[in-house]
Amino acid sequence: MKARVHVMLKNGVLDPQGEAVRHALGALGFEKVEGVRQGKVIDLDLASDATEADVTEMCEKLLANTVIESYSVEML
Amino acid sequence: MKAAVVVFPGSNCDRDLAVGFEQAGFDVSMVWHKDSVLPEGVDIVGVPGGFSYGDYLRCGAIAAQSPICKAVVDHANRGGYALGVCNGFQILTETGILPGALLRNAGLKYICRTVDLKVATQDSVFTEGYTAGDVIGIPIAHHDGNYFADTETRAALKDQDRVAFTYAENPNGSVDDIAGILSENRRVLGMMPHPERAADQGHGGTDGTAMFRALAGMLATA
Repeated sequence: MKARVHVMLKNGVLDPQGEAVRHALGALGFEKVEGVRQGKVIDLDLASDATEADVTEMCEKLLANTVIESYSVEML
Repeated sequence: MKAAVVVFPGSNCDRDLAVGFEQAGFDVSMVWHKDSVLPEGVDIVGVPGGFSYGDYLRCGAIAAQSPICKAVVDHANRGGYALGVCNGFQILTETGILPGALLRNAGLKYICRTVDLKVATQDSVFTEGYTAGDVIGIPIAHHDGNYFADTETRAALKDQDRVAFTYAENPNGSVDDIAGILSENRRVLGMMPHPERAADQGHGGTDGTAMFRALAGMLATA
């Protein structure tokens, strides 16, 4: 069983790396880019009896810092 | 007076912090991250700078889950003193002992230079050797020192006079120019600048010495 966790900076938290990517895209002539937010994807290989609740607990305890980040869990 | 300095894989300011405490008169023991208890009778725990666990996942995130950090959290919850510098500050926010988080510097660059800090409060064992409003020169050396907290937390920090130091000129984008904050009971300080790197004439400045001296003075009489 596999799960995929997406971790993103929350709205309202400045993402300087995303901003730098936006500037770089602009410099390359991609003028239609209005904003870039950069996040993380974490793939987990899990035992067959693992549940979404288990992964949510992992996110709360370690994978995301909920002060600055939001997360979503996808069971694959 | 006993101090313990925690050593993680990737810590690189542990010895400097130990010397800072020693010069002020503390007996210092180094504590390995896999230890699950602090030495008996420790008055203050130092969480040093560096790159614990290679900054993997987030700075300080994995260190915050280590066995010794559980002991540091218990120590703080019992009213024990702790000083987290740089990566140590990041670790203390990740454990939840201190509020907020440290983000990538707004300018995206690693910054290593001495900056002017304003002493924002002298009401703590860490800062009572200074006068509020003093400007002191303390080195910074970080890539992720951009302090962030939501507006509610920032209001609480301000109302409770828990901002210990602010940057005279904000180098990294930190909200409200915050360089260091205190816990609610004022016994835990986390700060990005390195007072232990300004604690010997050979460092080119000794503005950090007053912190270690004040700590020693207060804890000796406590």
